[in-house]
Amino acid sequence: MNLLSIFNNTKSFEMGGVHPAENKLTADEPIQVLPPPDAAVIHVAQHIGAPATITVTEGQKVRVGDVIANHTGYVSSNIHSSVSGTVENIENLLDTSGFKKTAISIRVEGDEWLPEIDRTPDLISEIKLSSEEIIERIHASGVVGLGGAAFPSHVKLNVPKDKVIDHLLLNGVECEPYLTADHRLMLEKPEELIIGIRVLMKALNVDKAIIGIENNKRDAIQLLTELTEDEEGIGVQALEVKYPQGGEKQLIKAVLGREVPSGGLPADVGVLVQNVGTTLAVYEAVQKNKPLVDRITTLTGVDVTKPGNYLVRIGTPIRDLINASGGVPEHTGKIVSGGPMMGKALPDLLVPIAKATSGILLIPESESRRAEEYNCVRCGKCVEVCPMGLEPYLLMTLSQGHNHDKSEKENVLDCIECGSCAFTCPSNRPLLDWIRLSKNNIRKAKTAKA
Amino acid sequence: MSESVLYTVMILSALGAVAAVILYFVSKKFYVKEDPRIAQVEDVLPATNCGGCGYPGCNAFANAVVEQQDLSSLHCPVGGNDVMKEVADVLGIEAVEKDPYVAVIRCSGSFNNRKKTNQYDGASNCQIAAQLYSGDTACAYGCVGLSDCVDVCDFDAMYMDEVTGLPVVIEDKCTACNACVTECPKDIIELMPVGKKNQRIYVACVNEDPNSIARDICSVACTGCSDCLEQCKFDAIIVENDLAYVDQEKCKQCLKCVDVCEVRSMHSDGVPEEKIDRMRELRLKREAKEKAKREAAAQATSEADDVAVAVSPHDEKVAKIAAAKARAAERKSANTKTTGQEVISNKPKGDQPSEN
Repeated sequence: MNLLSIFNNTKSFEMGGVHPAENKLTADEPIQVLPPPDAAVIHVAQHIGAPATITVTEGQKVRVGDVIANHTGYVSSNIHSSVSGTVENIENLLDTSGFKKTAISIRVEGDEWLPEIDRTPDLISEIKLSSEEIIERIHASGVVGLGGAAFPSHVKLNVPKDKVIDHLLLNGVECEPYLTADHRLMLEKPEELIIGIRVLMKALNVDKAIIGIENNKRDAIQLLTELTEDEEGIGVQALEVKYPQGGEKQLIKAVLGREVPSGGLPADVGVLVQNVGTTLAVYEAVQKNKPLVDRITTLTGVDVTKPGNYLVRIGTPIRDLINASGGVPEHTGKIVSGGPMMGKALPDLLVPIAKATSGILLIPESESRRAEEYNCVRCGKCVEVCPMGLEPYLLMTLSQGHNHDKSEKENVLDCIECGSCAFTCPSNRPLLDWIRLSKNNIRKAKTAKA
Repeated sequence: MSESVLYTVMILSALGAVAAVILYFVSKKFYVKEDPRIAQVEDVLPATNCGGCGYPGCNAFANAVVEQQDLSSLHCPVGGNDVMKEVADVLGIEAVEKDPYVAVIRCSGSFNNRKKTNQYDGASNCQIAAQLYSGDTACAYGCVGLSDCVDVCDFDAMYMDEVTGLPVVIEDKCTACNACVTECPKDIIELMPVGKKNQRIYVACVNEDPNSIARDICSVACTGCSDCLEQCKFDAIIVENDLAYVDQEKCKQCLKCVDVCEVRSMHSDGVPEEKIDRMRELRLKREAKEKAKREAAAQATSEADDVAVAVSPHDEKVAKIAAAKARAAERKSANTKTTGQEVISNKPKGDQPSEN
């Protein structure tokens, strides 16, 4: 196959989108293993759904892989200890959401893993488990969407009976500037990734899978194209470099040309999307019996001494990760969990890495401040760039006037919070802040009604 | 020329006449009968359309008044008892007096008392900041300080104090319309009865963190130490989740809780500062006296023979004051026996959360 034709034959979503500076500083940095921290803080709510129920008590000894909190109900996830040591206390501590939530603090002693976990680098390509057993294993291993939303994977894979899935899409787009964790994963663990795809395909009983990768990761596109040449049903699709190409609905539109209806799910158009990081976690859970206890995270920033990609234990304080890469640079204004577009500023350095922490970004003071806000000049740029076809300026005005019913009619709930509107606004208006307020108020009113 | 003008005028007049006839019949046919008293009541109401009464505007409230013909569950907080009296006069029914209320800010985490741990840089709105994270200080419960309550106030009854960073209620202007209470994402504003003396005793803190944490994050945070609870003779103080709360219905404003509150989170609005200082002085003297007494007693037992105890004129005076105080307390306790019964009989009522 001619590689040039692959790079040139890119696809993209059509509506809206922006082009922020890519700044992929760590694209060539190999994944380094960060040693376990002195003390790990593991929150019981690291996923969408009900927080897990704690099963350990203070003073109890745990090993890596022990379940320390059990899933509560179906839409929830197991939490495993990522370190070995003693449970020190259970209290409310800050997490990446910026609020204090129940967390288990573990004092680390040594690094003892559960014996049934296969820690060898050997590839296991034969898939022995049945579809149901795979989903059960994913459930037990606490795998959640590692792209950022942290939606429990077993729920996603348990497709309602009336929906038929014909395509599995693998999200290797990584359209957020700065982040390179998924990129490095595709380069360094491609075989594992492909077996993970096979596992997911078996679980879903589909025969077509496409890996979507943005065209700024040509080495990954090339490598995966070569490796999947002999794999039946697995393909690679290069995508135009445009934000938010990695949004679930945008990816489906770009690769397959299908549009998820308003308020619907990808399953409504016969597609299921999984992040490549999640797929690797699925491989490890199903083939190597390893629960989700670590993840690949990018630590980056223009002033960081040694930016890099790290394999980090979940529950490692962000401070440890920053220290490993040379400490907090002078004049750092903001430390963001996630990328610059959708990430969230952290109020404290002791916040631990969660399952969904794809990156830590240190922004210098000079760039971190929001610019002064001016009146809306009705230029319509926000409408132009909105990938969901909404009218952000209108939604903001409605939200300011407490007119949340009207914003619901204007489909505010379809907003994917990509931040393109606020990014492009020449008057620096905090459009997304107000839109999010509307969304939260509508959801609150709905749950109150239910 | 003149003919065309004439025709135009004639045609327009004819059209006008026809339209007038149609409009006349339509207005007769589709006439909406409205109780004239609704308009009369509405005229009396303050026309602020603030929603403080629980209805979406003054017209809706007037409708409700005329429909229900009973004022026991209807009250216009803005107009107060005077306006409700006029409403009652219009309808010829009995007026129901309600105690006036005022909004109170239950947070004293000023810039000095509560150190900032980070800077908020988002949209200047409390609700947005509160949904984003737990706040720019370590206190996740207190005032966010982005003036949502001030912005929502229709009566200019609030302003942000630039020195403390907290909102201030101008009590004379506050109509207790409840707008700020519902707007505040942290639920720190509460409507409290104005009372006869225009005094309120309340805990100006809503922090539910345990003692060790609360003390670190705010110097005036209520730590739930329960000193106030021990002092209160009227069961007016509830301590739950490491936080004290004063039940305004039961509080007799004896100020003892204010006096003992070490972190000064027990506030006493409207009470002159000297009064509390005087109370504190008396208490300290009383305690000193008791201590001296105990020591003297201990000494007396050890040196039983030694009877001569020098008494200075100052000590004599203090002893006299203490004795007078004890007598007063006795009288008071005799009085409270009757009020004590009242408290008991009120209990089931007091247990229900007051909706006002």
